[in-house]
Amino acid sequence: MKPPRRLLGTLLAAALAAGAALPARGEYADVVLNRRAEKEGVRPVVFPHWFHRIRFRCKVCHQELGFRMRVGTNDFRMADIIDGKFCGACHNNDVAWGPERCDLCHSGKPGLPTGIYGGHETNGPGRW
Amino acid sequence: MQAPAAAQQEWLPLRRDGLHDPKGPAIGQLQEPRDALSRLAPDTTGNLVRWVEALEKGQIAPREKLRPQTTVRELDKDILLNLSGGMPIVRFPHLAHTRWLDCDNCHDHLFKAQAGANKFSMFAILQGEQCGVCHGAVSFPLTECYRCHSVVRPGQGRSVAGTPAPPPAAGGGGR
Repeated sequence: MKPPRRLLGTLLAAALAAGAALPARGEYADVVLNRRAEKEGVRPVVFPHWFHRIRFRCKVCHQELGFRMRVGTNDFRMADIIDGKFCGACHNNDVAWGPERCDLCHSGKPGLPTGIYGGHETNGPGRW
Repeated sequence: MQAPAAAQQEWLPLRRDGLHDPKGPAIGQLQEPRDALSRLAPDTTGNLVRWVEALEKGQIAPREKLRPQTTVRELDKDILLNLSGGMPIVRFPHLAHTRWLDCDNCHDHLFKAQAGANKFSMFAILQGEQCGVCHGAVSFPLTECYRCHSVVRPGQGRSVAGTPAPPPAAGGGGR
């Protein structure tokens, strides 16, 4: 009984030490945007729905700002944000931090594909 | 150590959520899910928050619009759906939905604005169409059958709200 348990412990410890791939889980409805980010030399964006819906109704972004409800169908660039479109309607140093605070939005782990995360159960907005 | 993706009992700290770069400068600056969500009406799934209840109780006060000229639209009208199926009837509350969403978010590209004119399919919903555009992705997931299928049909006994009806006596449990 003893040796296997110790072996298991060792393996676990080794796995943890290696930083063994935390599953890319996130919080329910987190969205990763990485169509261009890494190619442009910054981390992928992690967009937390939970944080934003405490402060805004869905309709603000999905109606007033024109965000479509499918991950990957909103094709915008930093230039649009700086022009006050999409995220830039709030991320303008007035409502929320401005676009020069790159790292606060571009906070994702390198290599993450664009998609919706957090234990979602449909292919819903995650589908292209 | 961590149980795989299944039953989430707690909010993960950002540095361990597998999405945020634990070495990035955002960790420590961004709000942690637990700090915000643990104060809101608790749920057993999704964000572990009953978002509609949190809104109704005034635990959160999300803005309704950014632009002064935007008209905020709400509708207080329940629609009953799935009138002939085997599951309890679906009561769709426009009010809870329009507190969050605008009419245009669903009408008419997802649903015609006429009761009875839409053909619903759980298969489509489970694939992220129709109700599944949001339910199962950002709003409560599709494991919560009885939150939508909430109106028991005559003779379809169900003891406690939110618990499944007992299977029919003779075979054919249906869906």
